[in-house]
Amino acid sequence: MAEAAAKQEKKLETKAITVDATGVYYRELNQRVRDLIGQGYTEITLDGVNGQRYIADGLEDDISVIINGVPGNDLGAFMDGPMVTVNDNAQDAVGNTMNSGKIVIKGHAGDVIGYGMRGGKIFVRDDVGYRVGIHMKSYKGQVPVIVAGGGAGDFFGEYIAGGVLVLIGLGTEGTPAGDYVGTGMHGGTIFIRGRVPEGRLGREVRVFPLENDDRSLLEGLIEEFTNDTGADTTNVDIEEFMKLRPFSHRPYGNMYVY
Amino acid sequence: MPGDMIPSEFIVEVDHQRCRRCKRCILNCGFGVFDFQSMTTADSSKCVACHRCVVFCPEEAITITKNPLEFKEHASWDVNLRKAIWKQAQSPGMMLTGMGTDFPWLNVFDHILIDACQVTNPSIDPLREPMELRTFLGRKPDKLDIKARGDGEFDLETKLESNIKLDVPIIFSGMSYGSVSLNTHRALAVAAQKLGTVMNTGEGGLHEELYPYADNIIVQCASGRFGVHSKYLNAGVAVEIKVGQGAKPGIGGHLPGEKIGREVSGTRMIPVGTDALSPAPHHDIYSIEDLRQLIYAIKEATGYKPVSVKIATVHNVAAIASGIARAGADIIYLDGFRGGTGASPAVIRDHVGIPLEIALAVVDRQLREEGIRNWVSIIAAGGIRSSADVAKAIALGADAVGIGTAALIALGCRLCQKCYTGKCSWGIATQRPELTGRLDVDWGAERLVNLVNSWSLELKEVLGALGINAVESLRGNRERLRTLGLDVTTSEILDVKPAGM
Repeated sequence: MAEAAAKQEKKLETKAITVDATGVYYRELNQRVRDLIGQGYTEITLDGVNGQRYIADGLEDDISVIINGVPGNDLGAFMDGPMVTVNDNAQDAVGNTMNSGKIVIKGHAGDVIGYGMRGGKIFVRDDVGYRVGIHMKSYKGQVPVIVAGGGAGDFFGEYIAGGVLVLIGLGTEGTPAGDYVGTGMHGGTIFIRGRVPEGRLGREVRVFPLENDDRSLLEGLIEEFTNDTGADTTNVDIEEFMKLRPFSHRPYGNMYVY
Repeated sequence: MPGDMIPSEFIVEVDHQRCRRCKRCILNCGFGVFDFQSMTTADSSKCVACHRCVVFCPEEAITITKNPLEFKEHASWDVNLRKAIWKQAQSPGMMLTGMGTDFPWLNVFDHILIDACQVTNPSIDPLREPMELRTFLGRKPDKLDIKARGDGEFDLETKLESNIKLDVPIIFSGMSYGSVSLNTHRALAVAAQKLGTVMNTGEGGLHEELYPYADNIIVQCASGRFGVHSKYLNAGVAVEIKVGQGAKPGIGGHLPGEKIGREVSGTRMIPVGTDALSPAPHHDIYSIEDLRQLIYAIKEATGYKPVSVKIATVHNVAAIASGIARAGADIIYLDGFRGGTGASPAVIRDHVGIPLEIALAVVDRQLREEGIRNWVSIIAAGGIRSSADVAKAIALGADAVGIGTAALIALGCRLCQKCYTGKCSWGIATQRPELTGRLDVDWGAERLVNLVNSWSLELKEVLGALGINAVESLRGNRERLRTLGLDVTTSEILDVKPAGM
């Protein structure tokens, strides 16, 4: 009991530090972050970040990393727990194979966001690139979530096996997603605000009507997304979302002859 | 019209005078061949010749023969081609198969001879003289900086990269939990620990129970990222990025939902009963630069453990391997086109890729010519069948070899090639609890240890005959090989002289 109480107390107590990352090579920067975690810091602000890769890669601690500047590829890859905030744009492969935690990007993000992600949340205020949410999967209580405020490139939700992908489409005209939405989909749910023409959907995808559970899920996520990213979602109407689900969790069951 | 126009491949006969109706055959057959109605009956059409019934029949009452039924001979139309057409005409789909290709391609290993010492240089007797099979996998420095302390002692100034110590140059190849049973994984882990070598998890994650074997495990990260999380990445001595597999270069994998029971679901971290679909490429790797990105993402997540990159041997393998070395990999795992699989479309297994022997030779030569051979270790797998193959592969440039099929044969596998059905009577390539329990872990581990120890003895004997006392001195030593019956071009590509020269 005493141990649990001490742990709780430690958690409440924030020990913050700011690191100047200007011109620091990623390997040194990431080692510095790990060293600081080892010293008990729970909130680490990195100033002057400019393309350094692998920030928060593989970290399992209950800490917060605040990034001022544009982090490089594989931000939060294999991450399992931390909270990462980027006060700028991010590049490719954010949250690659991430297991839990949260990444908030107050800007745009690149391609292959949340590849193979199994848990946690990624919120991108503006647009995202190609193949976002590819092969996301859920397992037991873990349901990964990606919310992008703007539009997305082709192959949005390709191969998705679980989890929730939300595309709000703020500031986009016409269709917010590119071609091949949900191609290879065999699990999970994709919500896109606006209409995606049939021809842009993967063959494995069907459009389903919104249910009350979906509405409350979307309302909750959009509120959290708005609070975290500062996006203006005042005019977003939940009823404008289309819901996409796979018609089978075994799309390729009949491809073989024995 | 008859539904199935294909005659049985094998004929099962029960000698009813010997049969004492104990029904062991009924219990043992995973394919449901046997039944009992006043006497034991057999449905030959279901038999795959896995011999489980024959081995367990106490009266030796069962015989399995090849169906002697003659087909009209035709030089162009092999019977198997006709059978495939009948099957595909009946139900549309790709022909699925298991294990390595059974197509009769030229086997290059069988056309390579090993040298021995006579008169002019002494051979070594491995029984009485030390013989070193130990080797280290991982990056080696370009040069060593050594500083004299001044008191006659020296300090090594060069920082060495982390390497994996192998007591024998033979590792167990990646076979996923899911494609094989947990007891198979257990036997491989126990054997690897006893032998001082490593097993590769394959792409299905690592069962929690096997985490204590960390020093003898290489964990795999494949395109499906099944069961990949930061604890898993740190659960072994190295991480392998699986780009390709010899039996199915360039294509992904589909582990059918039937094989995703509760335990497999827990290790792969996907829901029970869903297909585990591995995409054909890693979608974060579309180039050598992207590969470098993933290699270093893994290194960052593991405190810079060695990273292996597994590729299938394809036409342009030498240039690809050079790229992999330059991308920062510590180990290149070459999987030849004879490599095994739990399931692959037959068209891919039988017709895509190139032989390991040739790939190994050209990769080793390319890396040497570029002066970067020391940056990576090479593991050769996909076609290693005996200690002779091990010796030849090492002489062609491998640091170590991987065995998968050979290990399964040691566990009872009869190469029936029906792994994809999940009905394996030997309890190897199945998840059905009544079948998996048959493979006793200690029994299996002992057989694997026996096999590798036997090959080690043979390897030492070969080294002794060559007058070499360390396996590392055999690596890339092509002068001690000769080809027989290979065309000039292939010999030149192998960089091995024909016998007599």
